[in-house]
Amino acid sequence: MDIIVLVKQVPDTTEVKLDPKTGNLIREGVESIINPDDLHALEAAVDLQETHGGKVTALSMGPPQAIDAISEALGMGVHEGILLTDKAFGGADTWATSFTLGKAIEKIEEYDLILCGRQAIDGDTAQIGPQVADYLNIPQVSYVCEIETIEEDALVAKTRLEDGFERIHCGLPALLTVIGELNTPRYPLMGRALDACKEKAPIKVWNAADIGVQTSQVGLEGSLTHVIKTFAPKFKRETEMLEGDTREMVGDLMGRLKENRLI
Amino acid sequence: MTIWIEIDLCNGCKLCMKACPYGAVELENGKAHILERCTSCGACVEACKQKAIQTDAQPRSIPDFSDRKGVWVFAEQRHGKLNRVTLELLGKARELADTLNQDVSALLLGHGVSDLGETLISYGAQKIYLVEHPTLKDYRTTAYTQVIQGLVNQFKPNVFLVGATHLGRDLAPRVSRRVGVGLTADCTELEIDPDESILLQTRPAFGGNVMATIANRYSRPQMATVRPGVMEAEERLDNKGDILKHEISLFEEDMDTRVLEVVKEKRRRVDLSEAKVIVAGGRGVGDAGGFKVLEDLAAAMGGEVAGTRVAVEEGWIPSDRQIGQTGQSVRPELYIACGISGAIQHRAGMMNARYVIAINKDPRAPIFQVADWGMVGDLHEVIPEMMAQFKAGRNE
Repeated sequence: MDIIVLVKQVPDTTEVKLDPKTGNLIREGVESIINPDDLHALEAAVDLQETHGGKVTALSMGPPQAIDAISEALGMGVHEGILLTDKAFGGADTWATSFTLGKAIEKIEEYDLILCGRQAIDGDTAQIGPQVADYLNIPQVSYVCEIETIEEDALVAKTRLEDGFERIHCGLPALLTVIGELNTPRYPLMGRALDACKEKAPIKVWNAADIGVQTSQVGLEGSLTHVIKTFAPKFKRETEMLEGDTREMVGDLMGRLKENRLI
Repeated sequence: MTIWIEIDLCNGCKLCMKACPYGAVELENGKAHILERCTSCGACVEACKQKAIQTDAQPRSIPDFSDRKGVWVFAEQRHGKLNRVTLELLGKARELADTLNQDVSALLLGHGVSDLGETLISYGAQKIYLVEHPTLKDYRTTAYTQVIQGLVNQFKPNVFLVGATHLGRDLAPRVSRRVGVGLTADCTELEIDPDESILLQTRPAFGGNVMATIANRYSRPQMATVRPGVMEAEERLDNKGDILKHEISLFEEDMDTRVLEVVKEKRRRVDLSEAKVIVAGGRGVGDAGGFKVLEDLAAAMGGEVAGTRVAVEEGWIPSDRQIGQTGQSVRPELYIACGISGAIQHRAGMMNARYVIAINKDPRAPIFQVADWGMVGDLHEVIPEMMAQFKAGRNE
């Protein structure tokens, strides 16, 4: 069973703060991590490989420093890492990203299963999995919370719905997007993670030419959607602060609620 | 793509710094300077009035889309039950379509679902493309994608909206790739740009820390998924619409997935989107016992109890009652925020409430900026007092 795991390095958005003066993001000191959902995909891949054999490849697109995410994946037991990095890939929307990843997967050629996290915490789009699956013309199952059985040509997975779950039979090769409920990711082994940072580590770095794409097809130029402006969220209201002791404040409040026919 | 600054043209106006979503432009000796973390997203290029920011990207021409007409809504149903987000989307679609002087269509796929057509019409659909087939009985990604691809290619819509539900977030990206268009996820605001007549799609990014407005200039339909609970459904009983049956040929043996079983779990996710009153608690509630008081108030007022991420992480309330960027978005008549500081991620989920009451010990808590009525005080005293006065008022 050969498995490809799509991995993204993201800023830890729970740490991101806004500069109160400029309204800009303060990115200094924000740690880069493997996207949390992707850790569950890596765990599932390594776990399946331990039972069924085969090879696990971690594939990531990002700036050169995203190699740290690949090293961490190798520390978890992935056999090989591939980093897609090129100035030309910068500014990609999900259309251009899914094309770039799709091209790289076509170059890898051999795979039975592709696993990825449901969504990345910096973009929250959840689009890359389904778009890569469509590019490769293979079926997808989203929100996977359990892989019940897996055989050579098919699997049965449980997928989470808003009000329960479904059990789905899916032919292979296929792409699954997974959620946290699926498993508990293992910690990288120190020795393996250190080996992964050495020069001989099984990491390939591919640029646009390596996967046979033109710069006009990828990155910002290959994108179909564009950010035209960003701004700090505005939610301000005209606030009336109620005064007095608790009884008086609540008394005032009840009056306001009645005036506005809320009670 | 590379971006650079023509120093002589730069006047140090900082517009590029404001435009940069990544904080990758700084002022150095009064001139803009691009830092290494630049992702070449190009936001600064458009912002610069001096044309001092240059790129080697070829200018792209926008194709002629004058034959693209109509605002489409995907009517999400499972087992014959329409998802409420569909009605919310129809409300928004009518507004967009009126601005564009075009009409609203709903795509209704399934098996034995034709009676949902009337509901869609009464919420604003003017045309319904009804596709019924046994293979469409259960939602399956590739089958639905194939049918929608056919409809889009034949009828060439301008805008296509899908609810950002589990199903919608599985389907929309697949459709967008298949028909060759861009897609914006999880939008919270949609409007038509008055100059270009394109759809401006606004969504939270970076965990709700920033709002980004995105345009889809180079492909049609302009596709977006929209967060449930954000747009307003509006019943239009006088609306008239046509149901158009569309025939397709699909074969079960070609299907690559099969739904073996659907299991409903009771109250797996509490639907806070329909609650009229929500009493929400945060860190200041203190413990699970504190939520009991909030529950009592919610019950007395006929509402639901909810909470922040902290309250969920502390185990005080279940995760299906979380409000905010990573939880649900709600639009109740009345939102009572108890011991909630008002982090931006939380505000993202409750900003559409009609009225907001905030109770917090700290007068500087940001929640007061987004409240209609604020009370500085200990919620453990204020809430019992509210209960008492509310009950007394009702008995009058």
